[in-house]
Amino acid sequence: MSDTKTTPAPGDRTVIGVTFGNSNSSIAYTVDDKAEVIANEDGDRQIPTILSYVDGEEYYGQQAKAFLVRNSKNTVAYFRDFLGKDFKSIDPTHNHASVHPEDVDGSVSFTLTDEEGEDATPSTLSVSEISTRYLRRLVNSASEYLGKKVTSAVITIPTNFNDKQKAALIAAAAAADLEVLQLISEPVAAVVAYDARPEVEIKDKIVVVADLGGTRSDVTVVASRGGLYTILATAHDYDFAGATLDKVLIDHFAKEFAKRNQGIDPRENARSLAKLKFEAEATKRALSLSTNANFSIESLAEGIDFSSTINRLRYETIARSVFEGFNRLVESVIKKAGLDVLDVDEVILSGGTAHTPRIAANFGAIFPESTNILAPSTTPAAINPSELQARGAALQASLIQEYEAEDIDQSTHAAVTTVPHITNAIGVLSVSQSGDEVFVPVVFPETAVPARRTVIVAAPKNGGDVLIKIVEGNTHIKVTQPQPKANGDNSKAAKVEDANSDEDSDFSDDEEEEEEKREKVWKVGATLAEAAIRGVKKGGKVEISINVNADLAVTVTAREVGAKGGVRGQLNA
Amino acid sequence: MATALVSLSLPSLPEGWAAEKDFKPIGKITKDGATQRTIEPVGPHFLAHARRARHKRTFSEDDRIQAQERAKNVEDVDEGEISEPEDPMMLQRDAKDWKNQDHYKVLGISKYRYKATEDQIKRAHRKKVLKHHPDKKAAAGRSDDDNFFKCIQKATEVLLDPVKRRQFDSVDEEADVEPPTKKQLQKGNFYKLWGSVFKAEGRFSKNHPVPQLGDDKSSKEDVENFYNFWYNFDSWRTFEYLDEDVPDDNENRDQKRHVERKNANARKKKKAEDNARLRKLLDDCSAGDERIKRFRQEANAAKNKKRLEKEAAEKKAAEDAAAKKEAEEKAAKEAEEKAKLDREAGKKAKEAAKNAVKKNKRVLRGSVKDANYFVSGDAAPATIDAVLGDVELVQGKADPDELAALAAKLNGLKLADDIKSVWTEEFKRLVATGKVKESEIKAFSS
Ligand SMILES: Nc1ncnc2c1ncn2[C@@H]1O[C@H](COP(=O)(O)OP(=O)(O)O)[C@@H](O)[C@H]1O
Repeated sequence: MSDTKTTPAPGDRTVIGVTFGNSNSSIAYTVDDKAEVIANEDGDRQIPTILSYVDGEEYYGQQAKAFLVRNSKNTVAYFRDFLGKDFKSIDPTHNHASVHPEDVDGSVSFTLTDEEGEDATPSTLSVSEISTRYLRRLVNSASEYLGKKVTSAVITIPTNFNDKQKAALIAAAAAADLEVLQLISEPVAAVVAYDARPEVEIKDKIVVVADLGGTRSDVTVVASRGGLYTILATAHDYDFAGATLDKVLIDHFAKEFAKRNQGIDPRENARSLAKLKFEAEATKRALSLSTNANFSIESLAEGIDFSSTINRLRYETIARSVFEGFNRLVESVIKKAGLDVLDVDEVILSGGTAHTPRIAANFGAIFPESTNILAPSTTPAAINPSELQARGAALQASLIQEYEAEDIDQSTHAAVTTVPHITNAIGVLSVSQSGDEVFVPVVFPETAVPARRTVIVAAPKNGGDVLIKIVEGNTHIKVTQPQPKANGDNSKAAKVEDANSDEDSDFSDDEEEEEEKREKVWKVGATLAEAAIRGVKKGGKVEISINVNADLAVTVTAREVGAKGGVRGQLNA
Repeated sequence: MATALVSLSLPSLPEGWAAEKDFKPIGKITKDGATQRTIEPVGPHFLAHARRARHKRTFSEDDRIQAQERAKNVEDVDEGEISEPEDPMMLQRDAKDWKNQDHYKVLGISKYRYKATEDQIKRAHRKKVLKHHPDKKAAAGRSDDDNFFKCIQKATEVLLDPVKRRQFDSVDEEADVEPPTKKQLQKGNFYKLWGSVFKAEGRFSKNHPVPQLGDDKSSKEDVENFYNFWYNFDSWRTFEYLDEDVPDDNENRDQKRHVERKNANARKKKKAEDNARLRKLLDDCSAGDERIKRFRQEANAAKNKKRLEKEAAEKKAAEDAAAKKEAEEKAAKEAEEKAKLDREAGKKAKEAAKNAVKKNKRVLRGSVKDANYFVSGDAAPATIDAVLGDVELVQGKADPDELAALAAKLNGLKLADDIKSVWTEEFKRLVATGKVKESEIKAFSS
């Protein structure tokens, strides 16, 4: 029925990028190939994914969020993750302070009063209907901003959305009169947002996207190869996220309140808890910017006002175990991808919680210095973590808006996206100044084929005939234990320890704890081919190209830079 | 993509390298050298890829399914059924009594316990939340009793905090393996029974890897290593979990300090008891460990063997020394006897030589007498004197060998002329050798 309406001709489209988050959503568009996140009529770029009905009037975003305290019975929040899911497989934890999800024939619905009047009957709305109403508000806001009706969007989704969830989202959007050009995964949208910066050169790199949201944290390892992105591993964590940090602050201040007020625990009352949650989140955000923040709630419980402060150091202390949980999560995904922290070139911090300076600092500590930690507190040029996904979606939307829907469908078909990725690197052998064989990677592991890469390597100083040896290679991590301290007889020292005072032995323990050194080294594997370039002139250079076909056949070409001819050879699959 | 520039240099072509068109294929990338993965259909570079890959083809739903099946899955398949059945008694637990609950059992991962990964704990938690969230029960019209849900939350809180988890694991008796009884040991396999005890104890080790008990065939070194490690076991086990609650209250500081002190002492005591317990386990295990007995016997046997060998060697050395001494003495004696004999022989030879000289001298003298002093008729005393004088001169000047040679020439000669010519010859020879001067010769002077 709405088919014709929701699939406009490519020329008639007005497109945006949408992040439809569990906590917040964003809308973005592109001007001159640059993505911009749109502020809605309230001035918000992060728009709470919340709908609220007061006297039949619909509110969304920040206004709806404010109603969580006073109008929780008619406010729906944290519903995105329920779309396309059965009631039995949803986690209603975060809906406790708003309308609870209910089981209607196995699917998820919410019951609330969305009409005016004392005697208005409550409606039971499916999560799809709620999503449609919310998306409609986003689209309206974007249309108003852009001055024309938005017709189509690229929407970001978590990497673990299944087909049913995707279909439900597309249907919900269609019902809101929005054509979904494409659903793209959230972490890849973040990578695209960074890679689209004009100064960025496309490089082969391993990127970790730590998307730390409100109710979940999703960490993804992406191999970025010649501008193509392949997800190597993912992890989804519902235990360590923004809400966990809110809870740390809620507990902290609730205890303080109880101490001041004869043990009254404000967490036991739903409304007080809602107030605590609201203020805790605001305080937490404030602590990302400044080193001190207030925490004030009027009439927190039993009519008693509460006002306190907290500094960042204290916050980081009480939230330490949560922060450490993020570290472990990131490390576990890298391991799952079969990689080491030393393999990671870039860490993108995405999502609201990624604003937290401590988290970025902790990541800085687990990765080597060479890893680029892209977060506002570590890199001044970092993009706002809350805007990454919407920007990525907008860029993708503008990229494909001219294509027919059928064309997009065929291009994103699994038959197109499923391709072999080589396991080992392919490279050329060179010699270092000390005469050692050194592997120079040309095509990196996990590169999707077909692929072609080129390097330029110097010939020996005096030129002449040179050998091009094409080999496979792989990395391993070399661990060098610290040299034991040269303070003589250790066993003797250990024996005297008993006699010595405790402080003494503690001190020596500390001193001995020197860190082991870990480095990534290339190991030369099987030889694929040899070739010769003859008569290279003094100081000359050689350009070597390796081309791996889809069937894994390899073509090698080499020639002296600036000279004619050269060699070319083929290795059949 | 930009071309990478490398600051190393290529090797020179080795002497004698040759190939057709200067290219020598050697290996290839096999199918195992690649993994089917899904590239994300995002970004400008993907558009180019899609254009190449599609070739204006149209793919069907079947193609999609096939391709998806080929691709390596990077998402874990989760949210399966909770595998461990839930004990109805456990569901009735009072959350206030969380300290005494079995957190692993509450989350349905009691078969993993200290071995459960953080990821397993998170998944188990999520499964339980999906099933037991009180808001879901209430929505379904069931009671909104959230007691067990609180147990779940508490279990998760403990198990996802590495410090708290260690405290709980420290006192998680469900993970203990009781030492085998005598009866069990009679029937069962010693190494299996005790092995699992130490495997379980190993969870408290600060050091890794933890050596295992091994079996009958373990080497002496491994067995020694095992007992050494365990007798010096460095354990992280703590007993904070069993602390009495410290009153969280500003008013009563003394009371608070008192409880804290009490807890600290209790922890210390339990730790000491635990160390003693482990020591006893080791004592018991090692006492029954046949390998130790065997190694001891073997060591004893080896020691005995060594001793015997040493004794034999000593004996042999003594014998050798005695024999050597005897031989030396014998040799010395023989040498002495030989020297004596030599001496005696020398004496005889000397005497013989002397006699020979005497005899020869007699021959010399006799020869001139036989030749009648080279005159006919009675020889004048002066002539006799002169001739004998010359004979004596020769006897005095010539050595015994010359005398013997001369005597041999003269022996048997009867004719005076012959005798004279021999003598004349001899004088000539002696003058020539310088032993005799011409002037000294009287009768035979030429
Ligand atoms: N400046 C900030 N500092 C710390 N936390 C923040 C900040 N801004 C937002 N957050 C937190 O980020 C979470 C929301 O992140 P978001 O990525 O919008 O969520 P989701 O992906 O769940 O929709 C919330 O917990 C919020 O409190």
